[in-house]
Amino acid sequence: MTLQMVPYMLTFLLLVAGLYAIVAKRNLVKVIVGILILDYAANLLLVLTGYRTPPAGQAPVAPILTGGAAQAQELAATAVDPIPQALVLTSIVIGLSVAALVVALAVRLYEKYGTFDTELMRNLKG
Amino acid sequence: MPLLVAIPLAGGFLMPLVARLTGARRSAAALPILLAAGLLALAVWLLLAAREPIVYWVGGWTFPVGISLVADGLSRLMVVVVAVISLVALVFSVDYMARFTSPGLYYTLFLLMLAGMNGVVLSGDLFNIFVFLEVAGIASYALVAFGTESDELEAGFKYLVLGTIASTFILVGIALVYNVTGHLNWAKVGEAITAAGGPTLPIYVAAAFFLMGFGLKAAMVPFHAWLPDAHPSAPAPISAMLSGVLIKASGVYVLARLVFSVFDGDAGLGWVLVVLGTLSMVLGGLMAIGQGDFKRLLAYSSISQVGYVVLAFGAAAVMRARGMEQAAVGLAVFGGLFHLVNHAVSKSLLFLCSGSVEYATGTRQLDRLGGLGGRMPVTAACLRVGALSISGVPPLGGFWSKLIIIIALAYMAVRGHWAFYIPTALAVATAAVTLVYYAKVQRFVLDGEPSETVLRAREVPFGMRAATLVLAVLCFATALLVVPAIRDRVVTPATEIVLGGAEAGRGGRTITVERKPAPPPAQAAADAPAQTIRLQDGTRQGETP
Amino acid sequence: MQGMSLIVKNITRVVAGFIILFGAYIVLYGHVTPGGGFAGGVILAGGLALVVLAFGEEFARNVLTHDVARLADSMGALLFLLVAVLGFMGGVFFTNFLPLGDVGALLSAGTIPIANLGIGIKVGAGLFGVFLALAAFRRATSGGSAAHGRLP
Repeated sequence: MTLQMVPYMLTFLLLVAGLYAIVAKRNLVKVIVGILILDYAANLLLVLTGYRTPPAGQAPVAPILTGGAAQAQELAATAVDPIPQALVLTSIVIGLSVAALVVALAVRLYEKYGTFDTELMRNLKG
Repeated sequence: MPLLVAIPLAGGFLMPLVARLTGARRSAAALPILLAAGLLALAVWLLLAAREPIVYWVGGWTFPVGISLVADGLSRLMVVVVAVISLVALVFSVDYMARFTSPGLYYTLFLLMLAGMNGVVLSGDLFNIFVFLEVAGIASYALVAFGTESDELEAGFKYLVLGTIASTFILVGIALVYNVTGHLNWAKVGEAITAAGGPTLPIYVAAAFFLMGFGLKAAMVPFHAWLPDAHPSAPAPISAMLSGVLIKASGVYVLARLVFSVFDGDAGLGWVLVVLGTLSMVLGGLMAIGQGDFKRLLAYSSISQVGYVVLAFGAAAVMRARGMEQAAVGLAVFGGLFHLVNHAVSKSLLFLCSGSVEYATGTRQLDRLGGLGGRMPVTAACLRVGALSISGVPPLGGFWSKLIIIIALAYMAVRGHWAFYIPTALAVATAAVTLVYYAKVQRFVLDGEPSETVLRAREVPFGMRAATLVLAVLCFATALLVVPAIRDRVVTPATEIVLGGAEAGRGGRTITVERKPAPPPAQAAADAPAQTIRLQDGTRQGETP
Repeated sequence: MQGMSLIVKNITRVVAGFIILFGAYIVLYGHVTPGGGFAGGVILAGGLALVVLAFGEEFARNVLTHDVARLADSMGALLFLLVAVLGFMGGVFFTNFLPLGDVGALLSAGTIPIANLGIGIKVGAGLFGVFLALAAFRRATSGGSAAHGRLP
């Protein structure tokens, strides 16, 4: 296992942590936090796949065009892969809407039961 | 073709305006029904217009920067099924949803879900499938919780949590695939995998994530926990949509695409699908017997019937990898697709009927119903037709599709691998089990002495009756799909796409369409096996030199 | 929510305009600088949420209501879709049909600024609507009916 693999491994650790929170925690809010951790672990993995090593002697840069059209060639050679970044942006937006919905549901559930504890609700087990 | 996605999306965003203008509850449904009818017309036209796969590059950008929409045989079949069921469910909604507030919100979510499903079946690349999956998913989470009683909220929450886990797994799988192959367009992904000499370890890890993710979406047995809560809690038309098409569009369809077009019918994945399908089929059926709640029973039945479809696809993948004759493989795939259509129609019908029963009596508990046959003749007749079709009684569609699956499995057991005797026997046994629990439904709901609640029941309004009647007629009509002439027009293109694996998928998915022109319809029936062999040869060349 | 103290109200009065202006800038310059519809929309929603938090619910009920947010939300999405459908003028869904202009100029990049504007309105209104809806739940808890649900 090379040093380059370390971020990937850490990302998977994050993924497992999120899953653990969803499965093991009884508190709805903690379950929601677990969902968000899981979501961001996947985003992190996706954005990591965009990292590519540019030609020798140059550092990878963000794919943002600052110097006008003339600079485009140079940018294309050194920039990290922009596709995963676009994907992650989309995925974050989706994560946001899921988060909004799940929080709304949790608030409604709190209204009904007066608690966030899943054990005290009837259907939700695990 | 992008209109198939854009129309429901635009409708969804116009709904708040319409709801404000009309004010009255019922007229708000006019726009979505009109749009769904338009979609149906468009989808049928697409199905009948051409046999060649159509690739549409959004914005005119082609590979590698463009986003493509693809309509091949399989997508067209799915689009038509989605359009039919959603139109009927919308007609049913007009009267059913009159008991709920905020009809504008309901139709908005419904149309968004429809847009998402059309997007899933038409997308040509993995990430857009994920995006549309989430569009459909988020709308359906909200719809499950629409009643805002504690049961609905809990079911919605559970559905949301498991659905989000599924989506995240799918995203992880996409990230892995992109990392290894550098492509998202799945024709290109399949090409890259074949070029690398078959799947490598990271690809198998990605496949495992995909299996878990789409398995959750399709509610196969180890991942089924959310479905029996979510489907009964939703309003009846939504249950019909969820059980009828959503689990197929977002689970089974994508799984079939992945296994055949991307992983090129890998035998290992095929075996996993066979095992999962058999488990779902048997356990779903057994659990359905014990249910006392009408809609919950139907939900477990969905798990069981989707198990049949997955089993058929898995068996086809295994058969293909082991080099069985194309006729047998084609039969299994055809059986799977056919059962998918049948189940969509009959399960939607049953859920709508359960909605009618609940509308009239106010309860879903089987032991509090009874004797409805006399009080609600139309609904009762439709309920009987749906139950008979799904449990496989001869003249109806469900019989033919189950028969075809079982024949294909038996053939595989005799000629191929001994292990297939087990799913074959279980498929037959489950058919009997299905008959048992639907007999129970009929016995408790329709026959016997009318109970207290039933005596006050009256036949439901016209819109709801019309919707169930249309689906009941369709239950008979799907049986026509075994007639060769109709089958070749409707289902065979889809079968070919599945069978052709990576090769045919690629032909349809790159800019240059390389597929040979289809034989004229008259010859097609005789030619079907020969043609699939030709496709098959093309695939084999890439694999085993 | 009654609104917050005098200090908060006064500072909000000064700052809110700038926040919303900055959001609008991010939206409108989205095609030439980092940012764009989504980021700008989030900033817009943040500015509006600050106003509502500072001045209390009365203000929200009179001026920035949930209905306005929902309407703007739909309008933004429809604007975006309109741009996409007008692409048929160029032959294909989503095609650019406006002159491209020079790289770096404000009026450039064809339909992208309009699409950004649509996204900005949609995201700003959508997020603000979410904020209002979650704030409304608190009201519902302390007596008052839910936003929607089964009729009795």
